[in-house]
Amino acid sequence: MSGSESTRAGGGAVGGDTLTLDVPEDGGARYWLMSLNPAAKLLAALTIGIGLIPAVDAVTGGVVLLAVLLTVPFSGVDRRTLVVLGGPFLLMGLSSGAVNYLYGEHGLEGAAGAAVRLLAIALPGLLAAVSSDPTEMSDGLVQRLKVPERPAMGVLAALRLVPLLADQWRTITLARRARGLEAGRNPVRIVSLFFGRLFALLVRSIRTGTLLATAMDARAFGTGERTHARYSRWRAADTLLLAGTVLLLVGAYFLSARLGTLVLLFG
Amino acid sequence: MAEPNARGARIELSGWGWKHSGRDTHALRGVDLTVEPGERVLLLGASGAGKSTLLHSLAGLTGEDGAISGDQEGSLLVDGRPADRGRGGVGLVSQDPETQLVMARAGDDVAFGLENLGVDPGLIWPRVERSLAEVGFPYGLRHSTGALSGGEKQRLVIAGALAMRPRLLLLDEPTANLDPAGAELVRALLSRLLGETEATLVLVEHRVADVVDLVDRVVVVEPGGGVIADGAPAAVFAEHGRSLADQGVWIPGNEPVPDLPPAPGGTPLVEAVGVAARTPFQVGVRAAPRRTVLDDVNVTLAAGTATSLTGPNGAGKSTLLTMLAGLAGPHRGQVVPRGPLAEADRRPLVRWPARRLARHVGTVFQHAEDQFVTATVRDELRFAPLRAGMGGAETDAWVGELMERLRLTRLADVHPYTLSGGEKRRLSVATALSSGPSHAPDLLVLDEPTFGQDTRTWTELVELLGALRAEGRGVVMATHDQLLLRCLTDVRVRVADGRAVASDAVREADL
Repeated sequence: MSGSESTRAGGGAVGGDTLTLDVPEDGGARYWLMSLNPAAKLLAALTIGIGLIPAVDAVTGGVVLLAVLLTVPFSGVDRRTLVVLGGPFLLMGLSSGAVNYLYGEHGLEGAAGAAVRLLAIALPGLLAAVSSDPTEMSDGLVQRLKVPERPAMGVLAALRLVPLLADQWRTITLARRARGLEAGRNPVRIVSLFFGRLFALLVRSIRTGTLLATAMDARAFGTGERTHARYSRWRAADTLLLAGTVLLLVGAYFLSARLGTLVLLFG
Repeated sequence: MAEPNARGARIELSGWGWKHSGRDTHALRGVDLTVEPGERVLLLGASGAGKSTLLHSLAGLTGEDGAISGDQEGSLLVDGRPADRGRGGVGLVSQDPETQLVMARAGDDVAFGLENLGVDPGLIWPRVERSLAEVGFPYGLRHSTGALSGGEKQRLVIAGALAMRPRLLLLDEPTANLDPAGAELVRALLSRLLGETEATLVLVEHRVADVVDLVDRVVVVEPGGGVIADGAPAAVFAEHGRSLADQGVWIPGNEPVPDLPPAPGGTPLVEAVGVAARTPFQVGVRAAPRRTVLDDVNVTLAAGTATSLTGPNGAGKSTLLTMLAGLAGPHRGQVVPRGPLAEADRRPLVRWPARRLARHVGTVFQHAEDQFVTATVRDELRFAPLRAGMGGAETDAWVGELMERLRLTRLADVHPYTLSGGEKRRLSVATALSSGPSHAPDLLVLDEPTFGQDTRTWTELVELLGALRAEGRGVVMATHDQLLLRCLTDVRVRVADGRAVASDAVREADL
């Protein structure tokens, strides 16, 4: 019971834990993105991702990236999450830029274009994921995007098992030490021990998954047409988000073309 | 649960049998049993007697599209029709709440079953709220299911089953995975609910004394066979109590009495000095930050002494055990060897190389599978002595002796993962013993060693630990088992609220 206390205290301003995300009632503009339908956010991210594939210059991608970055203060994502995800995100952009600069044929300009484009494609998806409650995401996928129930519910249920798996991994690691197994500095042993642990984890997770599947079946899952306790609401703001996304893409291409910077992938 | 049409279901089995796919023998066979509407039946039998299988079949999970595959014979009828989970007349509650909760929020989880039954969305939430009120769930609909204690989770699981308005309630050891406080919470709920509902109840529970007041009929089944005893609890226990106890069933008034030599006591082996521990780093972006679970803990483990760690789940017993065993390092403070152990290596235990640690400290994990590293029982036991440089012939003799002692000889060439629960437990204890020099490590560390064991394995285990203690080995275990605390505990350490407080256990009539 002490566990529940700490989890609630530790969740920060937007309470909950890894699997629940609550939008404050009087959150205002700061939580604008969070209050949108996850299906709309996902569609918008997908639109940007596909829309940016043809353009390899820094300006088109840069305009989109800038616009998406401007929504971050209104995404409701807390500081810890931004710090945790920001580092790897920037690293991804920088490494992509560095590789293109060193081995690419288009010099600094091409490298900057590649890095900016990658970030502009990745950021919307990332924002859509961290600003959405997993349950609402699955509701949106099923009710708005007509994704089949079984995979959507299955993924949601499986997410619950992630912290459990992390615990099991730790225990398995300790158990190897208890048996006198330790890799030390030998790289071959490090690899072989790692796969031994992975196998043990696999066995455990299959068992856990089977138990969960049995429990879901016992509650009549998959026996017929499901109804939905929660209604995944599609508001005008969701339509506006999609319209805005399309406008942003068109605007970015238009601007880049006018400036003469537009470079197309197969151009 | 005083719902309309809540009359209990009638169960009829005739010549019913079940064989799991890939097995040669039947789990149950020739079962003839009729349960009238509203009856409360306790299903008993030795471990491996197919009790859970029978419950799963009643829940309709073994049908053609069911989760469990195998061959069925005879007939099994619920209200005159084959069991079918789609009708929603059956509620099943199993052991581990962790693997029965599906959704991230309490209300959504209770609603899950109703959605599956196709209940009109407008009717779902009143039923959810009613079920949550019935089980006395103290939080709101949007409370995170991950932030509940074990007992609270199991209450939520029961609410999820009740919301489906079952006419047949199947409980498969519903308190087995809970600490005493959580188990009491669930038992209190069950006895209250059963006073209000007319649903038929079939309950499987090893610890009979805890549930005997909830039932009005006891049915005993035999592994591979059918019903061998049936009747009112008092009559069944009077007639079959002794033989049931011999088969491993926990019968009130027939608890095992282990034969234990006295504890010799001895010098300190391991000492925890000012130890503090934090929760492990959590994965996920909104995960809780690390917090301190133990602070300034001082514990001394002595040779020839059995020390028990008690306290609620989540208080840090297992964390403390892994530190005492030298497997994980404390956040602050030290776990240092003393006396004979310090002669092997003076450094804190966590800095010892794994091989040396395994020779002197044997650890038995709660989930036995976690510590298996080879493909057969024999290899599992040969592993440590061979690595320690023991000769082939000597190793085989030692392994043979261990297998004999723990009744594993018959299973020497079997894969450890395929053993039964009790066999796995015996093997994990044997592996911990196998690594020591003169036939056992100096200190044996066990996490819930008697958890879920039948009386036979329980007795063997306790007598083995008693013998090791008499040889002057140190034994430390985390446990909720009251009988173990009474029989084999010299020092009791209560772990709660970040502290560990030791007291000499009151030793009762076991001597």
